[in-house]
Formats: sequence, C-alpha cells, structure tokens
Amino acid sequence: MDGGGGGGEVASAEAGPPALLDWKFSQVFGERTAGEEVQEVDIISAIEFDKSGDHLATGDRGGRVVLFERTDSKEHGRNRRDLERMDYSDGRHPEFRYKTEFQSHEPEFDYLKSLEIEEKINKIRWCQAANGALFLLSTNDKTIKFWKVQEKKVKKLSDMNADTFKGAGNSSVASSSISSGLKQGLANGSYTDRSNNSLSNALSFPPGGIPSLRLPVVTSSETNLVARCRRVYAHAHDYHINSISNNSDGETFISADDLRVNLWNLEICNQSFNIVDVKPTNMEDLTEVITSAEFHPTHCNMLAYSSSKGSIRLIDLRQSALCDSHSKLFEEQEAPGSRSFFTEIIASISDIKFARDGRYILSRDYMTLKLWDINMDSGPVSTFQVHEHLRPKLCDLYENDSIFDKFECCLSGDGQRVATGSYSNLFRVFGRGPGSTEATTLEASKNPMRRQVQAPSRPSRSLGSSITRVVRRGAESPGVDANGNSFDFTTKLLHLAWHPSENSIACAAANSLYMYYA
Amino acid sequence: MSMVDEPLYPIAVLIDELKNEDIQLRLNSIRRLSTIARALGEERTRKELIPFLSENNDDDDEVLLAMAEELGVFIPYVGGEEHANVLLTPLETLCTVEETCVRDKAVESLCRIGSQMRESDLVDSFIPLVKRLAAGEWFTARVSACGLFHIAYPSAPDMLKTELRSMYSQLCQDDMPMVRRAAATNLGKFAATVEAAHLKTDIMSMFEDLTQDDQDSVRLLAVESCAALGKLLEPQDCVAHILPVIVNFSQDKSWRVRYMVANQLYELCEAVGPEPTRTDLVPAYVRLLRDNEAEVRIAAAGKVTKFCRILDPELAIQHILPCVKELSSDSSQHVRSALASVIMGMAPVLGKDATIEQLLPIFLSLLKDEFPDVRLNIISKLDQVNQVIGIDLLSQSLLPAIVELAEDRHWRVRLAIIEYIPLLASQLGVGFFDDKLGALCMQWLQDKVYSIREAAANNLKRLAEEFGPEWAMQHIVPQVLDMVTNPHYLYRMTVLQAISLLAPVMGSDITCSKLLPVIVNATKDRVPNIKFNVAKVLQSMIPIVDQSVVEKTIRPSLVELSEDPDVDVRFFANQALQSIDNVMMSS
Repeated sequence: MDGGGGGGEVASAEAGPPALLDWKFSQVFGERTAGEEVQEVDIISAIEFDKSGDHLATGDRGGRVVLFERTDSKEHGRNRRDLERMDYSDGRHPEFRYKTEFQSHEPEFDYLKSLEIEEKINKIRWCQAANGALFLLSTNDKTIKFWKVQEKKVKKLSDMNADTFKGAGNSSVASSSISSGLKQGLANGSYTDRSNNSLSNALSFPPGGIPSLRLPVVTSSETNLVARCRRVYAHAHDYHINSISNNSDGETFISADDLRVNLWNLEICNQSFNIVDVKPTNMEDLTEVITSAEFHPTHCNMLAYSSSKGSIRLIDLRQSALCDSHSKLFEEQEAPGSRSFFTEIIASISDIKFARDGRYILSRDYMTLKLWDINMDSGPVSTFQVHEHLRPKLCDLYENDSIFDKFECCLSGDGQRVATGSYSNLFRVFGRGPGSTEATTLEASKNPMRRQVQAPSRPSRSLGSSITRVVRRGAESPGVDANGNSFDFTTKLLHLAWHPSENSIACAAANSLYMYYA
Repeated sequence: MSMVDEPLYPIAVLIDELKNEDIQLRLNSIRRLSTIARALGEERTRKELIPFLSENNDDDDEVLLAMAEELGVFIPYVGGEEHANVLLTPLETLCTVEETCVRDKAVESLCRIGSQMRESDLVDSFIPLVKRLAAGEWFTARVSACGLFHIAYPSAPDMLKTELRSMYSQLCQDDMPMVRRAAATNLGKFAATVEAAHLKTDIMSMFEDLTQDDQDSVRLLAVESCAALGKLLEPQDCVAHILPVIVNFSQDKSWRVRYMVANQLYELCEAVGPEPTRTDLVPAYVRLLRDNEAEVRIAAAGKVTKFCRILDPELAIQHILPCVKELSSDSSQHVRSALASVIMGMAPVLGKDATIEQLLPIFLSLLKDEFPDVRLNIISKLDQVNQVIGIDLLSQSLLPAIVELAEDRHWRVRLAIIEYIPLLASQLGVGFFDDKLGALCMQWLQDKVYSIREAAANNLKRLAEEFGPEWAMQHIVPQVLDMVTNPHYLYRMTVLQAISLLAPVMGSDITCSKLLPVIVNATKDRVPNIKFNVAKVLQSMIPIVDQSVVEKTIRPSLVELSEDPDVDVRFFANQALQSIDNVMMSS
C-alpha cells in the first residue's frame, strides 16, 4: 500500500474498501471577509451534532451557543438516508440554517479565590429532545447549564376585563398601573392575602356566574424561539471542566475536570457524586491529570477517561461507588530509546470519543490519532499519523506553546472513518477499514483543495522530500499543502464534528463554521 | 358595553392576569382559579375557562405546576362528577410537558379525578386518554401513561383490559429508559388492580423483563416492586417467582442494585414469609453485610436491628452477630457509624445474656472509635441498652468517651454531645452525674463558640427540669452566679442567658432571693450589651415574680436603665417598663 502515487498531489488512488470519499464544500457560517479581524469572543470553541443529526450547536469564547437546524431532511426523511448509506449519492447533502442563539455563560469573578472565570464554552452536549423542545448542556470552566430551547407563542392580548371596567379611553394606562400596584403589594407580602379574603368571603357568586367577565383572548399566532436555562450545576469543580457527557440512561451525566469526574442527575443540580478522584494527597506528587471523559454510548455503567500521560482508563460504575481503580487500561508502551523531553507532552491525550457501537474508542494526542478496541488492551488497533512532519519542530512548538493545543477528534456514524484537525485550518480524514489507505487532507475554506495522500499513516515513511517540495509550492497555494505541513500555527482547527448518520463534517476555523460533505 | 361592577373588579383583574407578563401575577391568578371558575359559573368554566387553560401549555413550568395542582380539585367547579371529563384535556397536555414535577403533578391530579369519575366516563374518556398517552410520540407522554393504568384498568371491559395489559407490557420494553423506569416504578400499583390469573402470567413476565434490563437504573426500580408484588402473590408463588429474583439481585454486578436490595430486604422478608427468609434471605443478607462496596454495607448495617427483629434470636446470634462484630471494625467510618446508630436496638432483641456476652464488647469498642460520629451514635441510643442490662456495665467506658467528645476540637461534636447530656443524666442518675459530668456542664458555659455556650445554658435548664429545683439550687445556681463576674462580657452574657432560662424552672422564691439580686447588680455593668440584655432578662422575670417585687426591685432598675446614655439600653428598658404596665392593666 505504500507503493501508491507517492506524490502528494495525486488525487486518484486504488479503490480500497470502502470507496474513497470525495469531499465537497457545503456551507459556511460566519465567513470572514478579506482583511476582517477576528474578534476573540467570536472564536468557536465547541461543536456538537445532536443524536438525530437534525441539529448542530456551536459554542464560542464569548459564552454564546448558536443552534443550526437541518433544512433538507424533513422532505426526504429516512428513506433518503438509507439510500445514501448505500453510497448512492443524488447530489443532496445535509444543509443547515441558523436557528437561534443565546448567551449561555457570562464572565464571572470568584471572589473567594480571586479568579476570573471565563465565559468560554468548553463543551456542548445534546440531551434527549422532548415535546418539540431541544435540550442541551453547555459548560465553561466551572459551571454546567441545562438549556431548553422551545418555540413560544408571542402573546398579544385583547379583550381585557380591565378595559371594560375603566372605559376604552385610558385602558392601557389603567391596566398597567393596576399591575404595578399589585406588584408592590406582592413585594410587601400582604396584598394577596387581603384580596384573597375579600374575594372568597365578601362575594357570593350567582349560580350561573357573572356574564360580564371575560377571559383574555390571545390573538397572535406568531411564535419565536426562546432559550431558557432550566438548571445550573455549579460549585462542584475545583479545577477546569474539560468534558461533559450524557449517560445512555437519559437521567445522568458526568463532568470531568483535571483531577475529578463527577456524576450528576439531570434533575438535581445541588448534589453530585464524585466517581473518580486522581488528586494525590500531596499536590507535589501530581504526575497525571484527566484530559477528557466520555460515557459509553449504550452501556450505562461504563465510561472512559483519558490522561495527560497518554492512557485511557475504562471504568465500571457497577464495581464501586468511587471508581479509583479502573477495570481496563489502554496505553501504548513507548519504544525504548525514543524518549525525549517532549515524549510526555506529546503523549497527552486531548480528546477521546467512543464509536457509536461502543466497541471502539478514538483518541487524539499531539502527533497521532489512535483507535482502540475496548476488548484489546495491549495496544491500539490503528494509529494514524497526523503531525509526524512536525516532529523536528517540537522545540519551536514548545516555545510558542502550540504543543499544548488540544485537538478534538471524531468518528463517522458508521465508524469507518475518523477525522481530526491540524494547523493552517487543515483537517484530516482517515479510513480505518482493514487495508484502507484513505487519508485526506482538507482545508477549512470554500475551496478545500482536496488532496489524497497515500501513506502518511505509516510512520516509517520518510517525509523529507515532500517537505522541501511543499515549502517551494507554498508560494503558489498559500497555506495549503499536500501533507498538511504548513507552518501557520496561529490558524488551528481544534474543533470538529461528524454528522451522526451521514458523511458530513462541521469544523471551526476561528469564528467560521465550515461544513463539508461527501 | 356592560360595565363590570365595582366589587367584581378584583376578579376581573385576576382573570386578566392569567396572561400577564409577570410570572408572579400569573401564578397568583392560577392559584385563585377556583375563584375565577365560581365567578364564571359552571357552564362557562366548562366551555371557556377549561379550553382556555388547555391552550396555555407553553407557560413557565411554575405556572403549569400550579395549574396541574389546581385542576386536580376542580370537579366541583365544572359541575360535579358527570362533567369531570372536561378536565382531562388540559391535564393530558400537562402530562406531556418536559418538566418532571409538572408531569407528576398532572398524573396525580388525573388519578384523583379518575377515581371520582363515573364508570362509563372512565371507559369513554379516561381509558382512551391513557391509550393516547401510552402511544405518544414523545417519551414524556409515555412516562405519564405508566402512572395512570391502575386507575383505568379496574373499570375497563375485558377486551380493553387485555389491550391495557399488552400496552403496559410494551411500555416495559420501551426504547427509552425513562419510560421503562416509569413502568417499573408503577408496576406494583398496576399489579394490585390486575386479576390474580393475569398477575401470575402477564405481570410476572413484565416483571421478569424489567429485572433483566440492561440499564441499572431500571433494575434498581424493579427491586422496589419486588416487595409490592410479593405482597400480592400467594406465598408459594412469591417463593417461586420473587425469591429467586431477590437472591439474584443481592448478587447483582451493580453495587447500586445490591444497595437497593440491602435497603429493601426487610420488606422483602415480610413478603416471602419466615421459612424462605431463614433459608434464602438470611444468607443473602449476610452477603450484603460483607459486601465489597462500603455503600452497600452502610445500607445493610443500618437495617441490622430491623432485620434481627423479624428473625429468631437464635438465628440472629448465629448468623448476623458475627457480621456485626466484623462491621464494628469496618474500614469505613460510615459503616461503623451506621452500625452504631442502630446496634443498641439489638439489645432488647437478643435479651440480657446475649447482650452482655456478645454485644457489650462491640458497644465498648465502638465507644472507643476514632470517629466522633460513631461514639455519638452509641451515646444517643443509650436508653435502649439501659433497659436490658443497666448502665453500670457501660459506665466505666462511657465516661472517657463523653469527656473526650466534650473536649473535641470540632464544635459541632461538642454541640452534639451537649444535646445528649440530659438523656445521659436521666440514664446515669444524679450520683454519677454529680461526680463526673457536672464540671463539664459548667465548662461549656465558657466555650469559645457561641453556639456551644447557648446550648450549655439550655442544657442547664433541662438538667434543672430533670433533677428538680433543689438539686439545681445546690449544683448549678451557685456555680453560674459565680461566673457573673467573669472579666469577658460575652461570658457574662451567657450567664444572663442561663439565669433567664433557669428562672421559670426555679420558681418565684429562688428567683427573688438568688437570681434577681445578681441581675439587678448587672445593671451597673459597664458594657451596654450587657445592660440591654439585663433589661430583657428583667422583662422575662416579670411574670415569674410577685407584683410587689416587680414594683420594688425590677421597676427601679429599669427606670435607671431607661436613662442610660446608650440608645439600645434605653429602648429595651422602655420596652420592659411597658410590659410591666401592660401586666398591671390586665390584672
């Protein structure tokens, strides 16, 4: 398989199973015009599709959550989706439109610790929709919020009793003054009681009722979307929350910070249970932190968390209340002699995701994507090189802190492909099937300039020659290159998500949301 | 245009505010829904108000909750039982909302209404409603449906009954775990209405499905229905169908399920009867007492007394007691604490000899536990043991435990032991108390923490009540009065508090002769805080002492205080003077 075209720009490849995907640009939201400066608060910091794939949510550093809804699925429904799964493409692909947005988190100040708490949204997770309302959890560093987004009728009232009473002329004045009077009464806490007494005691109603009283009539049929914060889960994390994840039981979720994982019930926001605690008694002994955690998609008792040392632990909630001992540990033994100053830094896992069937876990560290079979703890089943070309540059990357960038990863709904982001607004898609050499690099732009790269997933391959060529070519096509090894470390594509049922990827380049399909 | 009459105006406003912008006003109106209904009359309530409310389903949850509650008692306002069915429509909508508490309340109200409806109406409108909800598109509707079957089922004709049973069975296998949980929760209630023949077949097969559910949370709730179902079945069926499930659950992989069993086992024993309890459940319980997970042991340990009560003492000694011994030195303090809170209750169950022989060493070791909670729990239940073996056997170990707790560095621990002092005093008797504990009670009056000083003052009052004024005159009053010269004003304040609490118990004579002079002296204190508290104490003494004493002693002191430079002192002195006048007027 190494023998393919070799050259980075060769687009055609042998049709290994499954067929290579031909990625196309679909949509962009919040595209930057030339020369426009990106506002810090507009930078997207979280992307998440809901379970059906009909909705997409993004969070940004300004604490806002923006929702998009699919526009093409309603007419075609399931049938079309089945067709597409059979690799039949009729040119339609998921299209989304802006639905609504709301301010989820505000900047806060913790007076006890003299700490500013950023409003940046770290993670968004969708919950079970009910009754036409959408539910989602969003979190910043400290506080998780449960949001309900629902259409509400716009109230336009007519036929008020008070109008009749006061006469038509000054009706609005009258009613408003009444209500403000009532409010004052309520504030004093005495008004209501008095009125209640006088109402029930002083008045006796005729058996047929009083015909002059009327119920208010709501005339407007307009609706608008309203987001309401239903619950706030706060004060449970001493460190920064890096992940939240829903349980398949539909009633609980976890939140993970650097040292602890807490279990919550969605309905109860004033108590949570600590289920993992890796904090050593003496903080000087700290060698490892939790970087990401996720529940198994179907087994309610299983969850996985990753660490800064490059290991993934699978824990079974059934075993005990405090799951400090893992039931399975996945880590790759480092090759002897390869140890360097950077070994531990680049081994840190920035993100883990379960495949939808729950059998595989995808993890992303600085250099690679790894796919693990939860039944095999001796090593990953596949390793995909993402940043191997950066190995000579680790020193620079360390100095400008880029080495600590936390790239996310995602799997396609069928589990056949994996994707992750890189620098220069590039992201890469790999086929994971046996014998698949699929490794596509795309740029998050309207013209992704798709390139097929045959073999960068094999570390043995020397990249020296192509790097020099790339540097030369760089002038002709700025920022893009066959192996994704441009050196623009300021434009990094950290966040991306794969549509749950179709080959469609949403990814964030600074403040813009790009969508691609194949 | 007809004008609303003046007295009706409040009602007019109330109706308008059903749609006010301000949620408080809407809530207020909904809470007064019955008034609105009476004003509109029964017919218009049915034809206008109820449809109006039915459309009001996108309001805030607080308003919806209030509405669901009000509608549950609305039958009189719509014209009685024969019109009850009009209430179903708004409640059906409320059964589908996302907020659990609103749904629960709507289901509760529907059950209340359904149980008053005429049989024909139930068949015509209630059962179709249950069926609609059970087939609802959203899981919220299906969750609510589960709670309504037990009302719908009894009055359904046979055909419908079959249908309802199969619908419930569907709900037990729903895709959504929330629905299965609701089905598991309500299974017992539903089963109680099902005929015995179907109970053994249909219901038991649903039960079996639930007990094997993938989701721990569903199996948890299935444990709860074990007891309920067990009570419905014939004993032999219960042993055949429920017992194996319980035994299985007690060895479930999930500690949460085992925890649930540990909590429920007592009820389960009652359901299966004594013989299977002896053969199957005692071993299961013993396993739970030795479970790997501390949470399970906590739950099991907390039930140990209850469990022993339904057992033969022989069995308890033979099987349970060895476990109790192990638990008393469990590695988890919470397990020991749970055990300590109930273990004293085992004494009456086991009888004197077994208690002395077996339990006493455990009591003693728990009294020496390193965690104060454990010791406190033992001390708090001392009376139960005292009845069986007397206190003497314990007293030697008790004293060091009490003293240590009394000097614990956590004030909450000190507070807890103070609360138990009167109990201890009554159990230990005057002699023991005088020798050992009297000094402690005085020491607490000078604690650094206000809550402790306050509790200490209150404790003195309770002791005086327990042992009588004469004893108090000897053992409390002199010591308290001595402290009134303490250089720290906060401690002097505690003394004032203690005196004002003791005065009613000591009676008029002692108050006049001993307490009052001290208080009068304290009016000369240099700290205003003391002085206005003196005014308060004097006020509290007015009803206790004689009228002449009030005039001769209390009033002059108060008059003096009412001319104090400090405004607060003047205020409280004047307040006290006023109350003297009030007493005089009323007498």
